Amino acid sequence: MDLLQVKRVYKSYADHQALHNISLHIKKQSIFGLLGPNGAGKTTLIRIINQITGPDKGEVFFEKEKLAPKHISQIGYLPEERGLYKKMKVGEQALYLAQLKGMDRGEAKYKLNQWFEKFEINEWWDKKVEELSKGMAQKVQFITTVLHEPKLLILDEPFSGFDPINTNLIKKEILELREKGSTIIFSTHNMESVEEICDDIALINKSKKILEGKVVDIKEAYKSNVFEIVFVGNMIAFSTALWTAFEILDKKQVDNRIHVKIRASKSSDVNELLQLIVTKVQVISVHEIAPSMNDIFIQKVQEVMPETMEEEVVGE
Amino acid sequence: MTLIGPLLMAGLMIIPGWLMMRDKDMQRIEVVDETELFINQFENTTELQFKHEFRSIEQAKANLYNDVYTSILHIKSVEKNSEVTMYYKKQPGMMTIAKIEKTVESVIRSNEIQRRFKINKEELLEIQPNITVKPISVDADGAEESKNVGASTGIGFFGAILIYFFIFMYGVQIMRGVIEEKTSRIVEIIISSVKPFQLMMGKIVGIALVGLTQFLLWSILTGVIYVVVMSVLGIDPSTVSQANEMMEGVDVPGMSDNVLVSSINEIKSLPLLQIFISFIFYFLGGYLLYGALLAAVGSAVDSEADTQQFMLPITMPLIFSFVVAQTVMENPDGTMAFWLSIIPFTSPVIMMVRIPFGGVETWELLLSMFLLILGFLGTTWVAAKIYRTGILMYGKKVTYKELWKWLFYKG
Repeated sequence: MDLLQVKRVYKSYADHQALHNISLHIKKQSIFGLLGPNGAGKTTLIRIINQITGPDKGEVFFEKEKLAPKHISQIGYLPEERGLYKKMKVGEQALYLAQLKGMDRGEAKYKLNQWFEKFEINEWWDKKVEELSKGMAQKVQFITTVLHEPKLLILDEPFSGFDPINTNLIKKEILELREKGSTIIFSTHNMESVEEICDDIALINKSKKILEGKVVDIKEAYKSNVFEIVFVGNMIAFSTALWTAFEILDKKQVDNRIHVKIRASKSSDVNELLQLIVTKVQVISVHEIAPSMNDIFIQKVQEVMPETMEEEVVGE
Repeated sequence: MTLIGPLLMAGLMIIPGWLMMRDKDMQRIEVVDETELFINQFENTTELQFKHEFRSIEQAKANLYNDVYTSILHIKSVEKNSEVTMYYKKQPGMMTIAKIEKTVESVIRSNEIQRRFKINKEELLEIQPNITVKPISVDADGAEESKNVGASTGIGFFGAILIYFFIFMYGVQIMRGVIEEKTSRIVEIIISSVKPFQLMMGKIVGIALVGLTQFLLWSILTGVIYVVVMSVLGIDPSTVSQANEMMEGVDVPGMSDNVLVSSINEIKSLPLLQIFISFIFYFLGGYLLYGALLAAVGSAVDSEADTQQFMLPITMPLIFSFVVAQTVMENPDGTMAFWLSIIPFTSPVIMMVRIPFGGVETWELLLSMFLLILGFLGTTWVAAKIYRTGILMYGKKVTYKELWKWLFYKG
């Protein structure tokens, strides 16, 4: 079931179009990666979901209901550019932000204590925000975002400003939140983390959606069927063993080992390949050279670039 | 600020009187009067003590540094242009000298009148005139009302200054607050919980309440500090006003009490309740009008340094109204006074100047108030549009053209 549905949303500012016919389905209890280069329209879409601004055309549905102000308390938003009141004390401020989201003071205080304990930052309660480092402030912001246990969490670059240890801590929390039932929209340029934690993604470029689907499906669709095989033995014997379904792209010898890159046709697979060569040479390793999300991202964005530029000229 | 403000205010009220008093408190004047006409003619006050010593001037001078006297007043003769000499070890103030001159003159004059016209002192006092001009306004129905220009001017000016400063002070506070929220990026977080309009109005209303509280606190604390310090220093509050009047040269011996009483009466005759209610109304109205615009400015810029280009046109009418307040006072019912007290941008200051003079018709006041309400609804609408867009706009040098476009963005 979808927690959030975005249906044919358009949004223009005076001098440019930010969103063009964007539709998304975000499944309940999933982590949805909202990807795209800078200025693609991600922030605008997030702001529409947060009801900071409204779409020119199109609709957004939250649990099958049209998005309305009452949903605000069920959404938690961690903006990319985020800050806190510098002169205010950490605890006081966290309480204030929790109350803005409709929690009552006692409940907020209780839960804040739990989170502060979990993150081992109890002693910060009475510190002023300006005394905290960037990473410390980010932790506080993360807590204030998730404190009211929203059904939908929107995290924009949640790992910026964190060291690897804290990045892992936050990653773990995000996964845990999903287990507890939260749905998470995750916007980032960090493709490694996308592969690691996202269930589905949508790629937006120049205000249009250019790719969408499950991470595994996308990787499957974009796999190049290229394998790297390392073996010890005779290269001629190896190549004669193959038939036309396999194409040798590259070979090199390191000591007595031979590294060969092979592209397999769609109708063949690794098993077939292995059957052909396993009697001829001694196979050390075989692995598929799969495109990373990073590669797919770059490839896809570059692919559509000329097209959109053309359209813009026509549009004007 | 909450404590320093009242201290400064009270200081401003107390110090002149205190200095004045210090200036005079040691004056003991020995009168050596060879004409013997001046016995008991000099009026003793808390600051000024006159005492007749029946000894020669040489004796008095010889004892100047032994006796308690700070100076010797030597009156030799009562010719028309005779000189009166003063020998001192502590310089007498201008006020003291003026007072002595007046007394000596009036004694000589009345003696001369008594001598020439053969009348006694009582008869002379009977014909002594004591004139004050009393302006009375007559309205169309023939109803008359007595007014005092001095007290009206004072109250009007005081009210105008307060409104001017409060609008400026708290308006800029709003702007700073908005800039702080924007530059610290907390606004990105808050704006996902509340609407930009709510955030802006919350800021404006919040600071208005802070302003009113501070104003009340200031008034009370200033009053308390004033009374306490005055009683500790032993200053009679009337000396302050006396001192002021003497400086203006309106003082005639024995008259200062009358002047004080009459100006108190005049203040009482002013429409105090109307002034107070109008003050609160114009303070709030003007604050809301300018506060909204300043909030918009705060939202459109990235730092306080960028506010200049927008601040000037916004604060221009406010500064203008403060500058022309003086002119308005001279002709409180004139054409300029009328229009400036109707236009919302200048009315908070100018109307406060006009009201104590009593010439403001009820319809004028209602029209002005109505327009001020319209005015701040208008500026709030404009500000909300600019604020909504500006608050999330970074790193862009905003122009007026751009602000104009923001007004027509859809939600």
